Amino acid sequence: MEKRNLTCIGCPMGCALLVEMNGKEIVSVTGNTCKKGAEYAVKEVTDPTRIVTTTVRVKNGNMPVVSVKTAQDIPKGKIFDCVDALRDVCMEAPVQIGDVILENVAGTGVDIVATGNVKQIIQ
Amino acid sequence: MYDVIIIGAGVSGAAAARELSRYRLKICVLEREEDVCCGTSKANSGIAHSGYDAEPGSLMAELNVKGSNMMGQLSKELDFPFKQTGSLTVCTTENGIAMLHKLRERGMKNGVEGLRILDREEALAMEPNLSDQVLAALYAPTSGIVCPFELNIAMAENAYNNGVEFKFDTEVKHIRKQEKGFVVETSKGDFETGCIVNAAGVYADVFHNMVSEKKLHITPRRGEYMLLDKSAGTHVNHTIFALPNKSGKGVLVTQTVHGNILIGPTATDLEDREETATTSEGMEEVSAKSRKTVKDIPLRKVITSFAGLRAIEDGMDFVIGEVEDAPGFIDCAGIASPGLTSSPAIGCMVADIVKEKLHPEVNPDFDPVRKGILDPSELSLEERNELIKRSPEYGNIICRCEMISEGEILDAIRRPLGAKSLDGVKRRTRAGMGRCQSGFCSPRTMEILSRELGISMEEITKTGGASRLIEGTNKKIAEEGENHE
Amino acid sequence: MNDKIMVKRDIVIIGGGPAGLAAALAAKKEGAESILILERDKELGGILNQCIHNGFGLHTFQEELTGPEYAARFIRMVKEQQIEYRLNTMVMDISQDKVITAMSCQEGMYQIRAKAVILAMGCRERPRGALNIPGYRPAGIYSAGTAQRLVNMEGFMPGKKVVILGSGDIGLIMARRMTLEGAEVKAVAELMPYSGGLKRNIVQCLDDFGIPLKLSHTVVDIKGKERVEGITLAEVDENRRPIPGTEEFFECDTLLLSVGLIPENELSGQAGVKLSNVTSGPVVNESLETNVEGIFACGNVLHVHDLVDFVSEEAGNAGRNAALYINNNGEERIPEEIKITLSPQNGVRYTVPSEIRICHMAEEQLVRFRVGNVYKNCYIRAYLDGERIFSRKKQVAAPGEMEQIKLKKEQLLSILEGKQKQDKHELVIQVEE
Repeated sequence: MEKRNLTCIGCPMGCALLVEMNGKEIVSVTGNTCKKGAEYAVKEVTDPTRIVTTTVRVKNGNMPVVSVKTAQDIPKGKIFDCVDALRDVCMEAPVQIGDVILENVAGTGVDIVATGNVKQIIQ
Repeated sequence: MYDVIIIGAGVSGAAAARELSRYRLKICVLEREEDVCCGTSKANSGIAHSGYDAEPGSLMAELNVKGSNMMGQLSKELDFPFKQTGSLTVCTTENGIAMLHKLRERGMKNGVEGLRILDREEALAMEPNLSDQVLAALYAPTSGIVCPFELNIAMAENAYNNGVEFKFDTEVKHIRKQEKGFVVETSKGDFETGCIVNAAGVYADVFHNMVSEKKLHITPRRGEYMLLDKSAGTHVNHTIFALPNKSGKGVLVTQTVHGNILIGPTATDLEDREETATTSEGMEEVSAKSRKTVKDIPLRKVITSFAGLRAIEDGMDFVIGEVEDAPGFIDCAGIASPGLTSSPAIGCMVADIVKEKLHPEVNPDFDPVRKGILDPSELSLEERNELIKRSPEYGNIICRCEMISEGEILDAIRRPLGAKSLDGVKRRTRAGMGRCQSGFCSPRTMEILSRELGISMEEITKTGGASRLIEGTNKKIAEEGENHE
Repeated sequence: MNDKIMVKRDIVIIGGGPAGLAAALAAKKEGAESILILERDKELGGILNQCIHNGFGLHTFQEELTGPEYAARFIRMVKEQQIEYRLNTMVMDISQDKVITAMSCQEGMYQIRAKAVILAMGCRERPRGALNIPGYRPAGIYSAGTAQRLVNMEGFMPGKKVVILGSGDIGLIMARRMTLEGAEVKAVAELMPYSGGLKRNIVQCLDDFGIPLKLSHTVVDIKGKERVEGITLAEVDENRRPIPGTEEFFECDTLLLSVGLIPENELSGQAGVKLSNVTSGPVVNESLETNVEGIFACGNVLHVHDLVDFVSEEAGNAGRNAALYINNNGEERIPEEIKITLSPQNGVRYTVPSEIRICHMAEEQLVRFRVGNVYKNCYIRAYLDGERIFSRKKQVAAPGEMEQIKLKKEQLLSILEGKQKQDKHELVIQVEE
């Protein structure tokens, strides 16, 4: 039986989780103090995902960059593909929270959205 | 063809430049670094010593007392901070008391005024935080504190305003004697000159030895310091010295002109003339030794530590004068402590030697006055309001620890011999010198530098050369073949 | 009274970050009308604007937001409530009688008379000097927050190859940020045998990217005169002294420091506010009021939090209490108050508040604190005048994560009633193993 130790990231508690697996089948999750912990453990061993936050460039704005995130979590293995896809993206100000920056990033089906506001500067 | 080339824009070079600018001479200061005040002059105790310590009859003794006497007037002319706070040299053993009396006699021989021996009670009345071991003290009322950066910068600016040329990032590689005068070979080309003033700090022996058979030898002696936050600034109100020993004046505890507490230095003789790294041993030594003279120093308020190198010549005295076998080559070497204090007098002495030699005409346009960067904190609310109305940038605080505004930073950049780097701004304005040590203001100061100097953020340096602060932009820094996989 | 002071407000809030915004909203809700927020930056939101990672708002909004999004929600509410704020305004001084001297390019230097002041200035990072790290002083040494600002708000990368000292949350977050933006983070060193950051940050910021966390390690040398060329780390013994022979050299151009946050209380000091030696923040009572009547404190200026949600909650209390203070102004304060002094003991480093005046206490009083070490399978217990009033088993308690307990007024009163009438009572909070 395979055992995996995880730290739950569902909340700041950071519970130490123990997942027992038989091949791909999950036998048990222990150490969690809430239901979310068990869900996280199952997900983390079968289909780990992350929200990615980064920045993209902005032209003619009061800030040179705007912060962005994946609208939903994406597979952990796609983090760098996601960032690479944003390397040459440049937005035109204004940008507002929630604006879609890039659709379907790295084939994940998830959009990149702005998490900050950048005002337009008229020169 | 220059009349005089000065090697080094430290405090000695700047003092010589200023004094020489009183005459009609074509003068150039060559500086290896990007700014003035980048070597020994920037990392020392910032003390205007009274002068009881130097051996009577020595050049150190003479120039120390002269320099000390000049400092008050000079600080007014050149608008740099200087306070005559007085010093206490304390002894912690019975034997030390005799030593205090000896120092007092020595000081009187050197012409130091007002020296007085205090018993423990008298000393405590002046300085309540003296350690429990202190038995007596030598009080020197003429001792003072000075901002070493501003003294150096002020003299250089004034020299520049009076016609002296400055070439930065210009490293002297070799000096060739000619039939008349010298050729100075540098990283920026060759320059001909009639006279050379060798004010090259820990490298002064190297240049001397290029032209003279009578060799000099300088040992770089490292001194490590710790600087405490202003909230500890009244822990002592005078400069507290231990008894001097063979390797110098020992570890002192002093208020600085800007209201911090400074403790140090250590004294470690080195071979490497660039070894300005601090060490954990050094900092432990500073903590331990400072505790011997002053109690309860709040060391958790240390905001930074640094090390400087003093240039110790084997003869243990300043070496100032024309080199016998190299006429026109004037040494200004071995300027260890009390070099900062002596610098105004060193400048005069060097100028006198050059005057003897070249008989220059007096510069009728010489203006001894230099105005420093405005300190808005000295203004009343109404005056400050007027200032901000006229120049709104004085209303924009950039360094929130020292409360330095954009106006002061712009002045530091735009004025003659202005700042070109983060440290250049810091030495002129104190922006970044406070308790957060530039964490908050450095990106803002960098933006101002970038805008004012018309260079990109990637080109901004901490202190010239390769000290770049930014390595690229987001997602665009990886060098070829360095992509993560 | 100085009548030359033209600007008068009931409540002036120093700082427009998460604490200041939440305090303003709560004060408004409680009925305060004349509120002014003074913010030194060019926009509201404070440090949240550079915290572009997610994980904010789970408690406040029941969803996971990034820092700028969390800030934007509060900013929108402040604007909707038409609460006055002034940007690019530096507070230069606060006097004991609550006269605030402020300055901006537009308005120059001016004074404001406040009936109540809420301190919400946040905190700053400890610099290198505070650690006495030996070595040269080259370019390339940044506090993590400075690097965070450069990368997240200005789009500049301070380095390519990075070592991080300190495993505080900003350090961990920056390990991931620098990695995502193309830098190579070689290691995170932590002096203590445990991390000062949240567990999920260790997982998501280090483990995800294979960045080693070296516990019980510190920097013993910085190589490079102009720009950082390398960092030597060494293991430390139980007295936190480097162990000779354990040195390991890392070639890098950048050292980021995430070695602690210090509440920014220089202004508080000027106002005569008493500060705690442990937190470096003001000593406050149940109303989050300092020793200076009418001056309140909340957020990271009071004590450094790890979750912004708790900052907002705490600041809300401060704002409400400031509004109540204004409303009650003129009425007599209750002279003979029953006071309970909170006494942190055995593993508990401090408590906020440090005093409870029973008559001002709400039905429930939150007490927040941090422990000084890592404790496993321990109890957090509280005793009022020796009588146990609270006990909770903890699988783990660590300095990196703030603890809290709720005190019930009813329960405290029932104990106090049985006692002889006395003014001074002690409430001990401690860790028991």
